[in-house]
Amino acid sequence: MWLRGISGLSLAFLYLPIIVLVVFSFNASRLSAVWQGFSWHWYGVLRHDDALLAAAANSLWVAALSTSIVVLLGVPAAMGLERLRGRGRRSLETIFLLPLVLPEVMMGVALLLFFVMIRWPLSLATVVIGHAAFNLPVVIVMVRARVQKLDPRLEEAARDLGASAWQTFCRITWPLVRPAVLGAALLAFTISLDDFIVTFFVAGPGSTTLPLRVYSMIKSGISPEINALSSVLVLSSMGLVGLSLAFQRR
Amino acid sequence: MPVSRYVVSVLGVATICLLAWSGCDRSRETHSQGGPGAIATLHYFTWSDYVSPELIHEFEQTHGARVIVDTFSSNEELLAKLQGGATGYDVTVPSDFMVSVMAAQGMLAELDPAALPNLNTLEPHLQHPAFDPMHRYAVPYLWGTVGIGYDSAVVTPPPDSWDVLWDGRYRGRISMLNDQREVFGAVLRSMGQSMNTTDPTMVEAAKQQLIAQKPLVKTYASEHYDQLLASGDVVLAQGWGGPVARAMRDRPSIRYVVPKEGGTIWADCLVVLRASPNKALAMQFINFLIDARVAARTSERLLFAASNREARAWIRKDILENPAVYPPAELIPRMEWMKDVGKAMRIYDRAWTELKMQ
Repeated sequence: MWLRGISGLSLAFLYLPIIVLVVFSFNASRLSAVWQGFSWHWYGVLRHDDALLAAAANSLWVAALSTSIVVLLGVPAAMGLERLRGRGRRSLETIFLLPLVLPEVMMGVALLLFFVMIRWPLSLATVVIGHAAFNLPVVIVMVRARVQKLDPRLEEAARDLGASAWQTFCRITWPLVRPAVLGAALLAFTISLDDFIVTFFVAGPGSTTLPLRVYSMIKSGISPEINALSSVLVLSSMGLVGLSLAFQRR
Repeated sequence: MPVSRYVVSVLGVATICLLAWSGCDRSRETHSQGGPGAIATLHYFTWSDYVSPELIHEFEQTHGARVIVDTFSSNEELLAKLQGGATGYDVTVPSDFMVSVMAAQGMLAELDPAALPNLNTLEPHLQHPAFDPMHRYAVPYLWGTVGIGYDSAVVTPPPDSWDVLWDGRYRGRISMLNDQREVFGAVLRSMGQSMNTTDPTMVEAAKQQLIAQKPLVKTYASEHYDQLLASGDVVLAQGWGGPVARAMRDRPSIRYVVPKEGGTIWADCLVVLRASPNKALAMQFINFLIDARVAARTSERLLFAASNREARAWIRKDILENPAVYPPAELIPRMEWMKDVGKAMRIYDRAWTELKMQ
């Protein structure tokens, strides 16, 4: 009974603000604190806000490209780590995972300084690279968890029965790790879509992403349009995370 | 696993589409940078609400250029972004004191008066502003004052002094800006001092006053005080005129006053960045934005005053006569520009932190 109460409270703690946010996105009033009846008005405003749509396109872009990069780099890295023997492995593992515990602000400043140092003008490309940098460990961790659980005998059996290394990978290994890869990719996509801090530092002209745009909109008053936008974001992020979990459960 | 295969193919197709789109976009951009008849691209870095898509579209149509807008939300953010190495922006909109800071750091390009005919019709008090008297770097764009927004149904008699913000009758229904210079500025003015004082004893005295006021203050807010006023959560708010004018639309009993001790006058200014690759187009863009009719539309939308005095002819009368938007002319001499106080900023920083920690 007690436990239930506590879990109920923590759920409320987590979700009540979000529910309030979603409810007020249907508010007919311009004021976010006064309820004046149900309306889809702000969703209409949202649909015709060009600056916001451009920012949304940027965000999708960055998420898609950075996710592709981290999957292409992260999956081989995870498999390679698993196969690596000896002392190098531990330290390499730590180095790969370090960015996970590094404060994001430090990561943002470091990336910014790096880009300035090599004289790479800030743009969407730098945002993509920044996102790839913090998402790489995420993919490595998730894919490795799966790779570690693979039964090495399966691959050995395949090789025994005459399959080449490539065939073994395509027929045996890949199908087994694929759910983890998809799950990791979706999670990386979501994290990239929602990221503010690193983006804030490395965004240049023409690369305002959705979170950056929302942040600057708040400055000029919290309009229910932001509520509407946030509701859309929350729902889509939840959907993506749900998909990611579903893949991992397989 | 038919479902997962389906998802994989959908994601694959989506990625390919995205990549194809990316290709198109890139080719358009490279096309825009060179060759005869190419479309020039202008990067405009501005406050989030300052830009209306219709105006941008009009400029693009008439000048055959492409304008890409990015937004910031404070002067400090703007400075940090540019100092951090963001290059590629052409035009941006710092406030008065930030113009001096940016000019001192060599970030701004000199303007070409010949390309800016609309400079000749600026409001009289903006013709030789202290932060850039000869318009070497900056063109005032929108301007206004900081004063008190109040609910005339509750606050009686109508206040005419900053002292009303210390009136115990309104305990818990007062909001102050969340801006150290503005908050200290209000107190310093009510003490008969300059809001740009660098005298530590004055700042200390102002801090004591603010500590005494703190129990009456509901919140220090720079963003949503118009909503607090409109919803009746606060009845007195230190604030910029524009948002107070916005609150009047939702609650007609809201009024605006610049206290008799005077307050801040501000102007957000258009500047061209030194690193801008398209300076000529940038000047055209600035001249377009301060054109009387264009500025009048911006002014009506944002409820800030336009720098071009001829814009008055195009602005709706009720807005023109609203003191929150256009302060009465006799007030102007009483107003003070906020200046960069240099090293003394540390004194303000410390006093502000101490106030907030109380």
